[in-house]
Amino acid sequence: MNGFDWNAAGDVLPLVLRGFEVTLLATVLGTLVAAVLGLAVAVAGRAPSRFVTVPVRAVMEFIRSTPLLVQLVGAAAFFTSVEPLTIGIVVLGIHYAAYTSEVYRAGIDGVPKGQWEACRALSLSPRRTWQAVVLPQAVRKVLPALGNYAISMFKETPFLAVITVQEMVFEARRYGADHFAYTEAFTLAGLVFLVASYPTSLLMRKLEKRLGH
Amino acid sequence: MATEPLPLQKTAAAAPEDAAGTDALVRFDRVVKRYGDHVVLDELDFSVRRGEHVTLIGPSGSGKTTILRLLMTLEKVSGGVIWVDGAPLSHVRTPDGGLKPAGEKHLREARKKIGMVFQQFNLFPNMKVLQNITEAPISVLGMDRDEAESRARELLDLVGLAGKIDAHPSQLSGGQQQRVAIARALAMRPEILLLDEVTSALDPELVAGVLDLLSDIARTTDITMLCVTHEMNFARDVSEKVLMFDAGRVVEAGPPEKIFTAPEHERTRDFLDAVL
Ligand SMILES: Nc1ncnc2c1ncn2[C@@H]1O[C@H](COP(=O)(O)OP(=O)(O)OP(=O)(O)O)[C@@H](O)[C@H]1O
Ligand SMILES: [Mg+2]
Repeated sequence: MNGFDWNAAGDVLPLVLRGFEVTLLATVLGTLVAAVLGLAVAVAGRAPSRFVTVPVRAVMEFIRSTPLLVQLVGAAAFFTSVEPLTIGIVVLGIHYAAYTSEVYRAGIDGVPKGQWEACRALSLSPRRTWQAVVLPQAVRKVLPALGNYAISMFKETPFLAVITVQEMVFEARRYGADHFAYTEAFTLAGLVFLVASYPTSLLMRKLEKRLGH
Repeated sequence: MATEPLPLQKTAAAAPEDAAGTDALVRFDRVVKRYGDHVVLDELDFSVRRGEHVTLIGPSGSGKTTILRLLMTLEKVSGGVIWVDGAPLSHVRTPDGGLKPAGEKHLREARKKIGMVFQQFNLFPNMKVLQNITEAPISVLGMDRDEAESRARELLDLVGLAGKIDAHPSQLSGGQQQRVAIARALAMRPEILLLDEVTSALDPELVAGVLDLLSDIARTTDITMLCVTHEMNFARDVSEKVLMFDAGRVVEAGPPEKIFTAPEHERTRDFLDAVL
């Protein structure tokens, strides 16, 4: 070890940035899956029938109580013919849906009873009640919390390297192994994470303030 | 709540209450409402004729809000039947001629005749004033957008808020919000309008405006109104009939002149002494 090799750092940067594109793609699509699926789960959790709510709750509890890493490796082992990135996105999305659904649930619970009653008094259909009244109010309130989950997901994407998704840490590790320059490779990868997630966190905090939390 | 199918009560259909007018639009027929062991309404009977304006008065906890909420089907009856326009409100007929509690679909249909204005307004904060009023006519009545919007404009004109069409509810005073809520209820062209202490959440200086608006509506439309209010002057001006409740029963009923000037019952006298 003779200090930080700036040449190696220069070499690894394009690789890390190429990996960053994959990381970003996985985060954006994974967040999308988590946002949509979480919402569906939260609404299903309010279904009048126990045949819907009980299994949904059980599955979510199972997902929350097993590690993401195990879920990733398990899914990759099971769906061998599916591309690793696709598996990564779907598993990240489902894993985080277990958390975002709770966030949505809190948002939905926070909509005052009077809003539901006004909907009933106007004979609104359940569909319009959700679509026009309850969800717009609930989602607005939980937007910052959802944003924070997106940032967490971003920071957990390195797990995808384990199932051979060529995201940022995968690239860094490969370069590090080939050139024996782990320090440089991982330092750069870490810096890219920092540069990307810190401003996003600040943005979320701003959003939180603007929405009056 | 699973209630036993009730036998059709043919005798009750010709109950003495109805002798006053066979044109009862709303009729409570031995309506019971319980929360757990707590009996709020105990075999309550009363009826309201079409076009009538009825004021419900009575001490706190006597069941006035419960009555309106049952009519709006926000609560389920524990027993008895509410009849609206000759049909059971929250029951459907069974093949063997009895009645059983209706499902949500039936209730949604039944509610269309009835509108409600709440003490806390309950406007939709995520919609502008205009959309608050047009949402139900468009999505429930299937009115086309242009028609719904021009109706909404007329109604806003009526409630004196033509200029607030693009405002958000949060930008309005309580009195203005309540006027929008009234416009929103009227947009559904209800036959029956339920008003539950609609001015009690308002600053004192805003009360008169809303009451004047309601008097106008009572005078110029044929909407049947059931108002719970502590505004005895309003009750006197607007209603033809006052029902005095106590402990879930009608203690005394009659025209306001009589109830307010010569109440027969001790309970009514005590209550009026306390509020007037
Ligand atoms: N959801 C509920 N659960 C249990 N008890 C209830 C519920 N809603 C109402 N009650 C009870 O029913 C009774 C009648 O209440 P209600 O609100 O109808 O009275 P009210 O005449 O409108 O009184 P106020 O003048 O204070 O508004 C009260 O004793 C109240 O505590
Ligand atoms: Mg009340």
